[in-house]
Amino acid sequence: MKNLLATKRGIVGVGVTIGILASLLQLWGNPANMGICVACFVRDMTGALGLHRAAVVQYLRPEIMGFVLGSFIAAYAFKEFKSRVGSAPLVRFILGFFAMIGALIFLGCPWRAVLRLSGGDFNAIFGLFGLAVGIWIGTLFLKNGYNLGSSHKTYTSVGWIFPVIMLSFLILMFFNPIITGEAKSGVLFYSVEGPGSMHAPLFISLGIGLIIGFLAQRSRFCTMGAIRDVILFKQTHLFMGLVSMAVAAFVMNLILNQFNPGFENQPIAHTMQVWNFSGMVLAGLAFTLAGGCPGRQLFLSGEGDGDAAVFVIGMLVGAGFAHNFGLASSGAGATMAGIIALFIGLVSCLLIGFTMKESF
Amino acid sequence: MNNTIDAKGLSCPQPVILTLNAIKKAKTGELIVLVDTQTSKENVSRAATAKGWKVEEVQAVNDSYKIILRKEN
Repeated sequence: MKNLLATKRGIVGVGVTIGILASLLQLWGNPANMGICVACFVRDMTGALGLHRAAVVQYLRPEIMGFVLGSFIAAYAFKEFKSRVGSAPLVRFILGFFAMIGALIFLGCPWRAVLRLSGGDFNAIFGLFGLAVGIWIGTLFLKNGYNLGSSHKTYTSVGWIFPVIMLSFLILMFFNPIITGEAKSGVLFYSVEGPGSMHAPLFISLGIGLIIGFLAQRSRFCTMGAIRDVILFKQTHLFMGLVSMAVAAFVMNLILNQFNPGFENQPIAHTMQVWNFSGMVLAGLAFTLAGGCPGRQLFLSGEGDGDAAVFVIGMLVGAGFAHNFGLASSGAGATMAGIIALFIGLVSCLLIGFTMKESF
Repeated sequence: MNNTIDAKGLSCPQPVILTLNAIKKAKTGELIVLVDTQTSKENVSRAATAKGWKVEEVQAVNDSYKIILRKEN
């Protein structure tokens, strides 16, 4: 059976759908220019679980659970679910960790970089340019034989672990529901102000997450692969998806009056362009070495890829460090500690790229 | 057989890189690529087609796919 969503029309359709839904999520309560941000949302989840205590970014984002579970459902529906592990999990953990540090210096993953631009935040241009440079560096390693080795097939139950964790988070949320004005409900933290306090209603977030997870699993939508394939293979397939998402979000933002062009006073953003750029160089490089953007890692986790799940756990731990150690930027800009971490991250990723290759 | 590329278990974009390297070397003839996910199957087929190769046959073998690519002289 032909996979219609993996065709050119399919990927464009998926990109348009994601762009529209992201814009609507903002209308329905998510933070401005943050309809979907995989890095920010994983960071918010880390906070909701109390693994960092930045009070303004704590919310167990149902979109993320939806991404994984939607992909899980699609993988089973189309007989693609396949449990696999063993391709350098520790390295993927480190890559996830530093991808998160880089993304939080810029204040967004590639998804949000595109959505920020679609909302008129021109600072995102520097982030996107950095992303492309990071991916370009990654492709040089790929051309020189960089390879994290093969995974192997394993017990079906192994592939279920990550989706079950996501389901558990959802159950946790049902038993510890948000209480207006309260910073804690049972074991979960809920922001009462700041980006963490802004969110669409639970069922809308979850529903949209499930839809996107399902569509992205089928179409292999990937924001890093979009740029990587253009540089590496001169292939525009995935790129069409990313551009479609940007255009659809832009048009929707115009219609919904969510387009505010400029550099200054953009929501959850700063104007330190050197660090906007550099943060995304680090994130782009880490995504490329790991073979997927943060969204793609979630979708792969849903279809049984245990190594992608380890990357996501690396992002979660990275988010904890980012806020506990003051590495994440804020509207005021990047921090000195963040800049130090950025360089440690770049050196680590370069060492991974240089030392983990097969000799031809 | 040296016209067989075993890309099973490799994550994106390794199967495509290996296929394109082999295509560059072989120029024409027959290549067999082994992959174990549907995504890799699609990606390899798409990349080979873009290079003017024909996806002659895709066989499902156990848990993997055997993709037969061909380009005539």
